[in-house]
Parts: sequence; structure tokens; C-alpha cells
Amino acid sequence: MSMNSKGRQTSPDALAVSGHKTVSGNRGLAQAEKLIFEIGTPRRTGVDFPALKGAKSRLGGRLGGMERTEEIGLPGLSEPETMRHYVRLSQKNYAIDLGVYPLGSCTMKHNPRINEKMARLPGFADVHPLQPRGTVQGALELIDELADWICKLTGMPAVAMSPKAGAHGELCGMMAIRAALDARFAKEGGADNKRRVLVPESAHGTNPATAVQCGFTIDSIPATDDGRVDMDALKAKLGDDVAGIMLTNPNTCGLFERDIIEIADLIHGVGGYFYCDGANFNALVGRVRPGDLGIDAMHLNLHKTFSTPHGGGGPGSGPTVLSAALAAYAPVPYVVREQGKYKLIEDAHGTDSFGRMTAFHGQMGMFVRALSYMLSHGADGLKQATEDAVLNANYVQASLSEDMSPAFGGICMHEALFNDDFLKGTGVETLDFAKAMIDEGYHPMTMYFPLVVHGAMLIEPTESESKAELDRFIDVMKGLAKRAKSASDNKDGADFFKAAPIYAPLRRLDETRAARKPVLRWREDPSA
Amino acid sequence: MRFLPLNNNDRAAMLDVVGVNSVDELFVDVPKSARLDELIDVPMHKSEAEVDAHLTAMAARSRAAGAGPFFIGAGAYRHHIPATVDHLIQRSEFLTAYTPYQPEISQGTLQVLFEFQTQVAQLTGMDVANASMYDGSTACAEAVLMACRVKRRGKVHLAAGLHPHYREVTKTQCKFQEIEVRPCPSRPGHDEDVLIGMDKESAAIVVQSPNVFGEIIDLEPYAEAAHAVGALLIAVFTEPVAFGAIKSPGEMGADIVVGEGQSIGVGLNFGGPYVGLLACKQKLVRQMPGRVCGETVDANGERGYVLTLSTREQHIRREKATSNICTNSGLCTVAFSIHMTLLGEAGLRKLAMINHEKACTLADKLVAIDGVELVTENFFNEFTLRLSNPKGGGKPAKDVVGDMVAQGVLGGLHASRLMDGQDDLLIVCATETNSDADMDAFVSALEGALS
Repeated sequence: MSMNSKGRQTSPDALAVSGHKTVSGNRGLAQAEKLIFEIGTPRRTGVDFPALKGAKSRLGGRLGGMERTEEIGLPGLSEPETMRHYVRLSQKNYAIDLGVYPLGSCTMKHNPRINEKMARLPGFADVHPLQPRGTVQGALELIDELADWICKLTGMPAVAMSPKAGAHGELCGMMAIRAALDARFAKEGGADNKRRVLVPESAHGTNPATAVQCGFTIDSIPATDDGRVDMDALKAKLGDDVAGIMLTNPNTCGLFERDIIEIADLIHGVGGYFYCDGANFNALVGRVRPGDLGIDAMHLNLHKTFSTPHGGGGPGSGPTVLSAALAAYAPVPYVVREQGKYKLIEDAHGTDSFGRMTAFHGQMGMFVRALSYMLSHGADGLKQATEDAVLNANYVQASLSEDMSPAFGGICMHEALFNDDFLKGTGVETLDFAKAMIDEGYHPMTMYFPLVVHGAMLIEPTESESKAELDRFIDVMKGLAKRAKSASDNKDGADFFKAAPIYAPLRRLDETRAARKPVLRWREDPSA
Repeated sequence: MRFLPLNNNDRAAMLDVVGVNSVDELFVDVPKSARLDELIDVPMHKSEAEVDAHLTAMAARSRAAGAGPFFIGAGAYRHHIPATVDHLIQRSEFLTAYTPYQPEISQGTLQVLFEFQTQVAQLTGMDVANASMYDGSTACAEAVLMACRVKRRGKVHLAAGLHPHYREVTKTQCKFQEIEVRPCPSRPGHDEDVLIGMDKESAAIVVQSPNVFGEIIDLEPYAEAAHAVGALLIAVFTEPVAFGAIKSPGEMGADIVVGEGQSIGVGLNFGGPYVGLLACKQKLVRQMPGRVCGETVDANGERGYVLTLSTREQHIRREKATSNICTNSGLCTVAFSIHMTLLGEAGLRKLAMINHEKACTLADKLVAIDGVELVTENFFNEFTLRLSNPKGGGKPAKDVVGDMVAQGVLGGLHASRLMDGQDDLLIVCATETNSDADMDAFVSALEGALS
């Protein structure tokens, strides 16, 4: 033990005792926090209301005998209690603002706060979706300006702005395709049999789920050994019943589909349409326009590519670009600029539009943030961001290629994919490796996706990481890989991984139990 | 560029490690014909101050709802949101976290979702709720699909008082799925028409209360009629504050309850993002779409929360999933939950009482005007007026609204914005945000417009 001149202890001499329990259950800054139902009461409130002057309560008189008689059962907290409850809970979350969040396919990039400020301007945030059009010209202008940027960046003639998230955008694109096929059949006749949609095995699960909602059937296309669409298999599956293809590019292995133009030609050759899943458009912005690749529809994830916050799972926003062949089938509403005025077309009657996908006009709050991001970057910055994202991913892949096992090697796009070969014989699995990363202070990469790679680990650093931050991350990954490999020489070696995480707010959670006997809400008496 | 940490020295060193000479070599797999040499024709980068100025000027070209007397509802409602809500949802740990797939470091989001699900279940009077949908309209469409799965039937009936946007979204969603959607034409006082044509092939009837005209509907007869043919009652709402004053749909026999949660914690935002609520009876839970959070324990036996029942979802079930949904309304659920916690039962009831009181006061003032008739008998904070010009030569409600705008008053929504054939109807909403002076301005603007 070392002392300073006053005899005060200056270095810790307490051992980290495993299983050490505090009196409170708290651990310093990590505080246990009960549910609001356990700490609040129905009578407590954190909101004061102005007194109603001279009014008598008429509750009941005009409620048609439907007035509430039973208690709802909603606990309240005062304002300071509320603040503490949610701040304590927030501290149990990892976040981009805390550290590297290398979730492949999810694009956890920096969320600029100017976006938040702009989204809260009253002219965007405090505007009702059904205000007379003349009073919302600024809001419509924002949608129009963002649509213009999106069309230019993608090289596509039209964009449907209303889809609320990526999967909703997929639905938009596939519905436009179905509507176009139906219109063609109505006009030209022939066999009404175009129902088969080709989907690569590596696709996001949303792709097949979406296609089915549009009345299509799914036909899987295998991948080649280098992680791309197997062109021979694709050609073998072509036929006049093919409605189209849903293809992610760059694909979920982080690779650019080199044959994409030929794929587009083949699909168009059998009268089908090309849906491109735009989840990975952040690898292309400013370097490649999807419109030059022959696609017919593609959604954008504004929360991935254009930095709107993920917010713990949403809200997303999925504007969907459409080719000239599909544009007429776009959903309502849409904005039209005429003689300096913005009009809003809300009624699908008498048009080819396949209908309405959501009440109102889409995720306005996300539109403002995305445009704020685009304006900040500009043509030059957006291109640079794409290049840096791709460079960062390749730097991680190259730096880890000896200690871990790249799934395909070669150049990748915005994300680096590893398999679990380097863990063979160690007793450590991808899940264990991921949980050990948590103890090292990192959010794990995407794991076990894409399905085509065994024990997949998909790392997407994004352009937001500095070289110094990446070097620290790479050192940790190398250290964990070495430790895993040495685990096979040591009978307890894998325990380091199997026990992880130790330093998170909770240890590993029992997901099987959660699914087997679902407890989806609090109840005063859990046996009830 | 302020968002990009790499400098040219870093880039050169990193390219070296990768083993290429230039960044162009990283894009070698892109077909030559698709490689862009030039910058795209959009403006170059801007400073933060320039972005701020550009967008602030644009925002000023809209009239904010709060800039003057404002009485529009019809699916989105202006309420006061405590400052605490916006502060908390801007905490980095809520704002910049991803979906809680790693539960050990996502307990903050997960516990809020569990609390949210419980709040929604309590509010709607149902057993369970999911972790939210995109908005009320998509929740409505998903509930219809859910009912068809549960009942293995393919016909649904939509009531005349269902918000026309919800009707249209449901029709679109069912369009290619061999589900027969039978909507009743939108008009006040005709909700009962939904019962016509119901039979053993009907999966559900969809009834909104308070409906798009503001009318409060007793759902019990609808529940009985639906159950009599083995169908479900899907109850829809757009104004959750109403349940502080009236019975929940669950108390009246609904099987699935869906609606818009925007009123609690989420601003108007010109229509989005909002937060769709979906709750149901326990026995239907495995057919519920969307994300669900559940309780479990960790390796030390401590209580914790995880996303669960994922075997319903697209990333596991792919084409056999209950829905293609891959997200919830994340941060909006946090906002909803915080606002509801601040209100508590007592606050919600008080808020509801004030809203109803304001609406009653306003309705009394407006019907005193010549040519104004109250169409909705029972209402919460929204009601519908029929306008006629006492001097003849009737002026459509659309033009009346336009005249009031010229006087600085956003005096309700002309029904013809949402539906055909109801040109003389004006849908009016009052909330706690409306002052007596706002109401007087409205009265005088409407008098002026009708005279």
C-alpha cells in the first residue's frame, strides 16, 4: 500500500472480489432500478395543469354513458423521480456516443446534433399533417428538397417518401412492382403468372417476408464460394413466371455484386423488375448511382446512410426510389412543385398509384435530420464519407486477417465479414467471442448473419471512427483472438469467454426461458 | 469535414496496410460503366451555421400550429409535452443506441419497452401489448392481417367512422393477400352499418372510438356481434388521452386494440414519426406482429429483459413470418412512456377532463352561431359541425377553413380533405393547449366566414 505525505491511501489495495455483494445491490454508478410499477403510485404526478376558470366539470354529460369507472392502473412519478428513473436506465445502454458500435449491416455512424436542433424547429416539428397546404409550404419544401437530393444521389427519376422504415420501403417497392405487373397483364393480357421472386440466400429476412405480403412466392438463389450471386444458378431459375429479383448491393457479405448490370438485364429480359435492397447504400453514395446499375426500385434507410438516430430500434424512415417504369404506381401522398408553390397529392383515385401506405406524409422528423446531414456533407463530403467508410472496413479486415479468419478475403466494401474458422477447436463460439467484447468496452459486431457464413461476424466500423480508435479496437480483437486460440491449451481457457460478460449491468440473459414462458408485462400478482 | 475524423495522412497509412495504392482500388468491383468520376450535382459541404440558417429560413415558411389559434385533430393532436421528455430522449444512451439485440448492454431500452408494453396494456384494457408499430394506421392494417391469421378467414369489415387514412392503408396492405376488405363509406352516425354482411367468413370488424368525427361509440354491441359469428373486434383509436375519461376498449370486449400514441410524448411532426400501439388478449400473443420485450433472468438469477418471441419474426421465419416488420418506433416509445410516467393515472385523468371540458365549452360557443349544427352527440375532445349558410348559397367547409386561415385561425379540418360527399362537415378539436382567447378568435373567425 502506498501513502501520500498525509498518510492517506493513494492506490487501491482492495482485491476485486468475485461475487462481492453490496448492501443495496448497487455497484457505484451502476444503480439497480425497479419498474415504475414498483416505485410509482396512481395518485402521484409530475405534471401540473392550469386551473380551469369558472368551468364546471361536465364529464359524463357528453360521454354517452361511457365514462371511466374503473382505475386504469398507471403509476405516476414526480418530475425529479422521473428524471432519475430514466437517467439510471439510460446508463444501462451502450451507445454510439460511448464507443465503437461495429454492427455490420446496421451502420452505426455518428448522429450530428445539428440534425436534432433542426428537427425541433417549430416550422417542422409543430406542424399538423392536415393543416391547409398554404400554411405548410416550408414543410413541403423540405420534403421536395430532400426528394431532389435522393433522386440525384441515386440517379433515379422518382422517389416515394412516405414509407416509415426500411422494410416498409421494401413493401413500397414490391407493391409498385406488383401493381406494374398487374397493369401490364390488364393491358396486354397473356398469362397472369408472374409471381416468383428470386432472393439470394444471403438476403435480409425482410426481403422474403415482404415479397410474400405482395402475393409473391420465393425462390432462393445460392451464393458462389466468393460470396456473390451464383450466375449459373440464377440463369437456371429464369422463366416467364419470374416477377423480379430482390438483391442487396453491396450484399450482406459486404461485397459488391460485380455482375449486377448483367443481372438487371437478365431479369428485364424475362419481363421482371429489379428490387435493390438499399440497406448498404452508404457504401456507394457519391461513387455509384444505383440508377446506373439498371435497378427499378430501392429503399434507403435514412437512419443508416443519412445519420438519423437509431433511437434504440426506431423510428426509421424508408424513402423508396423508383424507375420510370414504376414511378406511376408510387403511393400517395406525394409533393408536386408548380410555379413556386408546393402541392400535396393525397388522393389515389383516378391515378395508377397502388394506394396509401401510411396516414399522413412519412417520417418528417427523419427527413429534416437527413437533409441536415446531406447539406452538411455536400457532394464532396458525402463522397468522402463513403470512401472513409469503405477504407475503415478494409483497414479492419486487413489488420485482423491473420488473427481472425476473413470469410472471403480480397477487397470488401463498407463491412468486413469473418467466419469462425479461427475459433475451431477452442471451445469458444462466435456468441462467446461477442460477449467477451462487451467486457472490453465494445458493442459486439453483428453475429450469425449473413446465414451463408458459418459463425459469421460482420464488422462495420463506418466513417465515424478515427484511425486511433480503430487501432485500439483492432488490438482488442487481436488480443481476444489470441486468448481464444490459447484456450485450447488450457482446460479453463474457454471460461473467460463462456462467463462473459462480467462487467455489463447484467450477465448473460436466459432468452430460452423468456420465449418459453413469455412474461410481456408487469403484474402486481405474477401468478394472476 | 467536421463529421470525418480521418485525415490524409491516416488515409495514406491505412491504404498501405490494406495493400492498395488508392481509394479507387477499393471500388474495383464496380462495373466501369457505373463508376462516377465527377461529383454529383448537389451543393458542396456547408458549415453548421449555414445549414442552420438554410433550414431555419425554410421552417419559417410554414405556420407552426402554436403560432396562433389552432383546432385541428383528426388523427394527430397538439398537446403540451413536458420539457423533461425531450431532454431524456436526447440522452446519448437512448438516442444513439441500436435495437437491443445485446441485452446485457441494452437494459435501459429494454426495461423502458417492458414498462411501455405494460402501460399500453393497462391503458387499452388488454392483456399484452407489443413494443409499438410505425403509427396507428399501419398498426390497424397489421391488426387486420393478424385477425385473418388467428381466424384463418379472409374477410374484414371497416366501420364508417374509421379514419379514412387507416381504411386506405388497410386496403393497400391487404390488396395482394387475398383478403376481402369491406369498408363502409365515411359518414357520421353510420357505424352500425359495419354489421351488415358479417358472416362465418368474417375474420374481424374494425370500429374506431372516438371515431374520426369525434363520436364516442359503445363497443359492447360490436364485440357481441363479432363474437356471435366467431369474428374478432378490432378497436381503433387515434386519441389515447380519451381513455383518461372513457372506458377502455378492453373493458368493452375488444380482442385487439390498435391506435395512434402520438398524443402522449410525441409532437405533431407534420405526420411522423409517430408511435403505433397494438395490444391484444393473451391467447393471441403468438400471432402478434412486431417486436416484443419479455422478462427473464441473467446467469446470476437477476431480473432482466430481452426481445423475445422472435420465432414469429422475419429474421428467423423469413417468408413465413407474421409480418415483414423489422423495427419499432423506438425513441417515440421512450417518449410515450416518460410522458405517461409523468402524468400517472391522476395526471392522465386530469388532462382528459380538461380536454373534454375545453371541447364542451368550444362546442357550446360554436353552435350558438347561426348555421352551425353539432353532428356528434357524444364526444371527448373532438366533434363535428355541419355548416350551412343561413343566407343560402352554402359555402363548402373547405372554403370556410380557407377564410379562417386568412384571419389567422386554423379552425378545424374540413371533412372533404379526408372523404367524399361530406362537403359541409367541419371536424374540430380542442385540447388543453387552447386558451379562452383562442376560442373567442375561432368563434369570431367562423362567424365572419359564414356571414
